[in-house]
Amino acid sequence: MKKKMSRFSALLMCAACFAFMLSGCGGSGGAQGGAGELRVFNWGEYIDPEVIAEFQEETGIRVVYEEFETNEVMYAKLAQDPSAYDVLCPSDYMISKLIEQDMLQELDASRLTVAHEEIGDSYWKESEGFDPGNKYSVPYCWGTVGILYNKTMVSEPVTSWSVLWDEQYAGSILMQDSVRDAMMIPLVMNGVSMNTLDEAELEKATQMLIEQKPLVQAYVVDQVRDKMIGNEAAIGVIYSGEAIYTQRENPDLVYVIPEEGSNVWIDSWVITNGAKNVDNAYAWIEYMSRPEVALKNFDYITYSTPNEGARALIEDEAIRNSEIAFPDLSRYKLETYVYLGEEGDALYNDYWMRIKSE
Amino acid sequence: MFKNKKTSAALSAPYTAWMTIFIIVPLLMIFYYGLTDSQGSLTLANITAIGYGVYFKSLLLALWLSFLCTLICFILAYPLALILARVSKNAGQGLIITIFILPMWMNFLLRTYAWLTLLEGNGIINGILSFLHLPTQHMINTPTAIVFGMVYNFLPFMVLPLYNAISRIDTAVFEAARDLGAGRRQTLFRITLPLSVNGIISGVTMVFIPALTTFAISTLLGGSKVLLIGNVIESTFTQVYDWHLGSGLSIVLMIFIIINMIISNISDARQEAEG
Amino acid sequence: MKKTIERGYMVLILIFMYAPIVTMIALSFNASKSRAKWGGFTLQWYGSLFTDGPIMRALVNTLVVAVLSSLIATIIGTVTCIALMGMRTRTRAVIMGITNIPMINADIVTGISLMLLFRVLGLTNGFLPVLIAHITFNIPFVMLSVLPRLKQVEPSVYEAALDLGATPVYAFMKTVLPDIMPAVISGALMAFTMSIDDFIITYFTKGVGFNTLSTLIYSEVKKGIRPEIYALSALIFIAVLTLLFFSDRIPKWTARQKKD
Repeated sequence: MKKKMSRFSALLMCAACFAFMLSGCGGSGGAQGGAGELRVFNWGEYIDPEVIAEFQEETGIRVVYEEFETNEVMYAKLAQDPSAYDVLCPSDYMISKLIEQDMLQELDASRLTVAHEEIGDSYWKESEGFDPGNKYSVPYCWGTVGILYNKTMVSEPVTSWSVLWDEQYAGSILMQDSVRDAMMIPLVMNGVSMNTLDEAELEKATQMLIEQKPLVQAYVVDQVRDKMIGNEAAIGVIYSGEAIYTQRENPDLVYVIPEEGSNVWIDSWVITNGAKNVDNAYAWIEYMSRPEVALKNFDYITYSTPNEGARALIEDEAIRNSEIAFPDLSRYKLETYVYLGEEGDALYNDYWMRIKSE
Repeated sequence: MFKNKKTSAALSAPYTAWMTIFIIVPLLMIFYYGLTDSQGSLTLANITAIGYGVYFKSLLLALWLSFLCTLICFILAYPLALILARVSKNAGQGLIITIFILPMWMNFLLRTYAWLTLLEGNGIINGILSFLHLPTQHMINTPTAIVFGMVYNFLPFMVLPLYNAISRIDTAVFEAARDLGAGRRQTLFRITLPLSVNGIISGVTMVFIPALTTFAISTLLGGSKVLLIGNVIESTFTQVYDWHLGSGLSIVLMIFIIINMIISNISDARQEAEG
Repeated sequence: MKKTIERGYMVLILIFMYAPIVTMIALSFNASKSRAKWGGFTLQWYGSLFTDGPIMRALVNTLVVAVLSSLIATIIGTVTCIALMGMRTRTRAVIMGITNIPMINADIVTGISLMLLFRVLGLTNGFLPVLIAHITFNIPFVMLSVLPRLKQVEPSVYEAALDLGATPVYAFMKTVLPDIMPAVISGALMAFTMSIDDFIITYFTKGVGFNTLSTLIYSEVKKGIRPEIYALSALIFIAVLTLLFFSDRIPKWTARQKKD
């Protein structure tokens, strides 16, 4: 008995030594802030990991990289501790919310020469909608929300959001697990703005989503990708950036922007007011704006890049002029999300919870 | 050492401090936030919220699913514990127990996630079913899948106390029962079950609470379509960011935990009385 | 006949318990990055695993937290048990009652309560909050293991040592400690296991930029787990299996059942 116990304590000691050894070289991952560090908070699967490694190698800055799934989750974490991250990549409406709540710092354009050089004018202009004067944000990726469907499972070409209410696809429909994207669909179908605060309209949209719920297989975020590739579902609501990747893995998949219209979004880099490594944050944004870096990210995550320099570098002509990656926006009815204010947020949330608990 | 009061007080001081700061104060904070609103004034609204809409529904559903889970665990575990108690008399019991405990050493999220691959529409189980020309089943993203995941995760918590209780029963009792002409069924219902009732109670309490409060299993296997009280509380903290409401709902959960605790204390006391 | 049924039932339960683990190991050899597609056999994930920053950091964090928290909890827990022996029954009952709270309470409530405290204290960075949380829920496991053993210790040997001129510390080390050592070690191991296994409390208390394997896996789950994680779990599984093989059985599995 005793012998056995001492063997265990030996094992425990080994584990302890091993752990300390590793922690010596690996670092315990704590985010203390200070010289030579940068705390980045970005969407999941939204960067080529090699880019982070190369950035660290070139600049000697140690990157503490964390990911979020939705703008709302990102906000909750930031609200906990506004100085927890240096640089973030939220979407349009969330950026205006952060600006309004004084959580971001104004950027010094003279320190962002590469970004202003390489990123297309139209995207800067588009950004004015949520960031007047382009004072706070630098575009990173953009895209639309649409429907991805499997042409072997869906007989007719999809043109309308109404396919998501079609009973013959019961159990094969994937919805986005995020308030704004889910509510946007019925609102647009009813011809209402996706930023409406009209309670009657919201109630109507909520009823439609509740009605739809039995047909929905799951509310997911990034899992749409895997499930569509694996033929687990026939139809999914997805961001345009995922379309190229999923088509590469499963050629039966088709992406469309429904005729009723949809959401167009921009995700941009911003620096928090509580940032402890402001210089490094500028270095990061500039680095991400380099054409070859943006291209590398584009190849990896396949989300549309606002970086004109990068687009020019794309070798495959079909992709460079792809209607999915770089659509002609004037052909579609598109709208950006606008920050609804705290009460608006709470209103949307209440409706969303009701849908989820049905 | 054993008697000296001063030394005892000195030695227990670090833990008493630790306990106060990290057990008592946090609980008081839950009560503070749960009983106030964002202006800091006293309110019961965060607690009575449980009676309305989403919160009431998710609590009811969680109660129902965790009840099902506990029942299924019991039905599966009891025969298993009987077999284990018998078999372990000959074969090394360590090995058998190891077989049932070993999976618990793997990360439970990963194990639960792996069920996704098994249960989904084109998953492995449906693959086998269609290979056998049997109708395929829709399993994933339903409350059934969640109960399934709960049973999978918490079954060992039911098996172990039952096994403990049953293997502690003196075999002479069974022999006596047989000598007195009791049939197999009679022995089970009149001897084994009553004598293992403490094991049953501790198994039930150990399965019910984690099942009632889970949010990870329902997220993984429910496809976010099924909202349990655990999910609601989690999202009030991580998405809606309302500490007051979240704390209020946690207080409601604690009521169930306290009921549970009282039941298991009664059973413990009885066990001690029995010797 | 009865034996066949019994054996059949055991096999079914075994399949139920191990099916996901087998699936997981199989997926670790899947060349396709997507869980939904079999892309042929590969060993590449086992290679890329060791260069994967987030996974390796989470592994290190998990181990560091587990080792430190179980070590500190063992020391505090054992010392407290000794102190409890000299206390009045009433005081002892109160302390034990409070100690039991984290074990009886649902993890989600414990996690949230600690999170509230850490937020108010401004403890939101790195691994310190997680370490404190783990120590807190580990101490009860150590005390539950050590206290019954300590109650059985005969004070007479210790008192004899004192009479012979030993200092209290020396006498304790030589007479009492060897007696309670097995209980101390099994308490420590239990604490270690609990710490490795924990997800919910870590999830609520972890600071920015800090992940243990559990929380990393939870965030990965939502976007599709990278195959490297399967490879790591397969390795961990084999390591645990080997450990068991050499130590015959998991020590004190019985005490584990008290959890949750």
